[in-house]
Amino acid sequence: MSILVQFAAGLIFGLGLILAGMANPAKVLNFLDLAAIPAGRWDASLLFVMAGGIAVTMLGYRLTFARGRPLLAERFALPSASRPDARLVSGAVLFGIGWGLAGFCPGPALVAALTGGAPALIFLAAMLAGMILARRLASSSVRPAEQGRA
Amino acid sequence: MIETTFTPVTSLVGGALIGLAAVLLMLFQGRIAGISGIVSRLLPPDADGETGGRLAFVAGLVLAPLVVYAARSAWPAPQIAATIPILVVAGLLVGFGSVWGNGCTSGHGICGLSRLSLRSLIAVATFMASAIATVFVVRHLL
Repeated sequence: MSILVQFAAGLIFGLGLILAGMANPAKVLNFLDLAAIPAGRWDASLLFVMAGGIAVTMLGYRLTFARGRPLLAERFALPSASRPDARLVSGAVLFGIGWGLAGFCPGPALVAALTGGAPALIFLAAMLAGMILARRLASSSVRPAEQGRA
Repeated sequence: MIETTFTPVTSLVGGALIGLAAVLLMLFQGRIAGISGIVSRLLPPDADGETGGRLAFVAGLVLAPLVVYAARSAWPAPQIAATIPILVVAGLLVGFGSVWGNGCTSGHGICGLSRLSLRSLIAVATFMASAIATVFVVRHLL
């Protein structure tokens, strides 16, 4: 049941990305190109993706949290409300540069795996490598003392 | 650049579907629909026993174009203008940055903002600014 729900959620998420135009890097880059506004060539569609996504999620989360616990799990696994730090900001800066260079973020990169040909697969492979690198670095920086002894 | 058309209605509906998926994941599993978090936890190091559910979610994402094909008899075609070296650099940055900053457009942008998380607000403002600046440099300065 749990597996089925997560498969359905992934499928719906992917359909949403495709319908919204988020799965098309050209559309994403034309949204990020604010200098195109004066020429009338700015594609503002992604504002509507954010609006639709946040409206539904905000309302749905509110109703969900009011239940007290999820249907198929013991508790809600929410990120702890820690303060923003340099790591959050530096990660976001790097992510934004990559997003602006190719127009792909992680969800659309996966959605494009079957339909985007070699360019999409090359991006996906590099993205997974970047993730592995960050996880290795993160897990080693959590235990600086052990690293020092090694 | 490749021209695209303004699609407010389909983008709004698509966004609502993304929201629906995020709500389903929270309602049933109690989890944030953050793609970078879900995917990166499938990768080494360390797995935590939630691998099956994560794989199912990723499989749904990857297979979504099949549903579009079944409905329209046409594959959704992503238009990719970047060259291979740029795609490699961009992929590394997106993968590394989203894990280092604990989230991407979905985890911070949809889920985090919907929870009114200050961390997510700062992350979204930061990656939007750096993405907009990057596109400006690539398209208008270089």
